[in-house]
Amino acid sequence: MSQPIRVLLAKVGLDGHDRGVKVVARTLRDAGMDVIYSGLHRSPEEVVTAAIQEDVDVLGVSLLSGVQLTVFPKIFRLLAEQGADDLIVIAGGVMPDEDVAAIKEMGVREVLLQDTPPDVIVETLRRLVADRGER
Amino acid sequence: MTPSLDLVPRIVAGAVPAIGRLISRAEAGSAEARPALAEIYGRAGRAHIVGLTGVPGSGKSTLVATLTAHLRRGGQKVGVVAIDPSSPYSGGAILGDRIRMAEHVTDAGVYIRSMATRGTMGGMARAALDAVDILDVAGFDTVIIETVGVGQDEVEIARASHTTVVVSAPGLGDEIQAIKAGILEIADIHVVSKCDRSDANRTLTDLKQMLTLGALTTGRSEWRIPVIGLSAYKGEGFEALIGAIGDHRRVAFETEAGAQRRRAIARFRLEKTAENLLMERFLRKSGALSGPLAERLSARDGDPYSLANTLLEDALGPEAGGAGARS
Repeated sequence: MSQPIRVLLAKVGLDGHDRGVKVVARTLRDAGMDVIYSGLHRSPEEVVTAAIQEDVDVLGVSLLSGVQLTVFPKIFRLLAEQGADDLIVIAGGVMPDEDVAAIKEMGVREVLLQDTPPDVIVETLRRLVADRGER
Repeated sequence: MTPSLDLVPRIVAGAVPAIGRLISRAEAGSAEARPALAEIYGRAGRAHIVGLTGVPGSGKSTLVATLTAHLRRGGQKVGVVAIDPSSPYSGGAILGDRIRMAEHVTDAGVYIRSMATRGTMGGMARAALDAVDILDVAGFDTVIIETVGVGQDEVEIARASHTTVVVSAPGLGDEIQAIKAGILEIADIHVVSKCDRSDANRTLTDLKQMLTLGALTTGRSEWRIPVIGLSAYKGEGFEALIGAIGDHRRVAFETEAGAQRRRAIARFRLEKTAENLLMERFLRKSGALSGPLAERLSARDGDPYSLANTLLEDALGPEAGGAGARS
C-alpha cells in the first residue's frame, strides 16, 4: 500500500487571510493526502519544528502579507540546523515576480500563485515527491 | 535513505528528526522498519500511556494542550499522538489537532504527532502504538493518545492505554445516555469539559449516578472512578485531573490490577497485529478473486456466506474457511 503524501500547510506571521490555504488543504485532502494545517500566526520556528516532528514530505507556506523575503531565509536556516534538507518547501499566495525568483533562489521548489488551478497544485506536489524518491 | 536500525540510537538520544522518520516508516508498515521497531519495543515500557477519548467537539484537543502544560510544569516530557479521521472517499485527511497545541510547538519537552486513521475502526490509527513505543524510548514520560472524535462504541483506546480518560461535554443527552453500554464504561477517569456552561452540573450528576449504579452491580474495586469538571476557559479543574492521572499511574504500575492490565494490553496488541497481518495477506490475494464471486452473488448464483467462504479459502487456503465452510 503506498503512503499518502504528508503535507504541512502553514501561515506565518501577521497574516490573517486563510481562505486560500483552507481551499488548498481541502483540495489536497480530496487528492488523498494527509494534510496538517498549522493555524494562523505561526513563527518560522514553530513551522519548522512542526514539519520535522510530523515528518512531512512537503511544507507549504501561504503568504499574502508580503514578508516572503524575511520568512524564507529563516525557514531554510532552521531546516539546515536540524539537518532536514530533504524537506520539500513550496510557497503559495500573492507576491511580486521578482520575489518569486528570489525565494526560488533560496530553495523554494515551486511558487503557486493565487490563480493556480487546484489540479495543478496536486500534480506539482506529486511530481516533487516522486522526484525526491524514497527517504 | 538512512536504514531504520541506524535511527534507533538517535531516537534513544532523543533526536527529533529520527523519531519523526521512524514513526513515518511504522505508519507505512514498511518491512524494512520491522527490526528497528522490534528493537524499540524491547526497550519500551516505561512511559505512562494515557488515552483520551470523547465525542467530536467535546474539547479533547484543548484538554490535551492544557494537560500537557500542567505535566510540563511538573517536569515531565510529554508526547502526544493525535488521531484524526481519514476520508472514507479519498483516503486523505485534514489533521487539525496541532492548532490547539500551538503554545507547545517549540518546547523540546513536547513532541506532537498527527496521525490519520487510514480506514482503521475503533478510533485509533494502526501505527499509534508503535509511535507510543518510539516516544517512550526517546524519553517521554507520559504519552497521550488523543483518539478521533468517537461515537458510542469506539472503545479500543481502553485496551491499549494504562489510563483512559473519557471526555464528555454538557448538553449532549439525558441520564439514559449515561447508562448505555459503550464508551462511558471504559473510563478510568471521567472528565466533563466546558463546565463554565450552566448545564454542566446535570452532566456531572448523571455520570456520578451512573457510576454509583455500576458500583452496586459490579462491586468495589481498588480504583474509584472520579468525575472531574473542567473549564479550559476559566482554567478550573486541572489540578484535580493531574492528581487523578498521577494516582492512576500508581495503580497502573504498582498494583496487581495494573500488572493484569498491562498483560491485557500486550494480548490486545498481539491479536490486533495478527489481525492486521491476516488482513494484509488476505487483501493481497483477494482483489483478483472477488470480482467473479461478486458477479455470482449479484446474480444470486450463491449466497453471501458460502461465497465469502469460497473467497477466504481461495485467498488463504482451505484451513481459513473454518468449520462448515462448504457444507
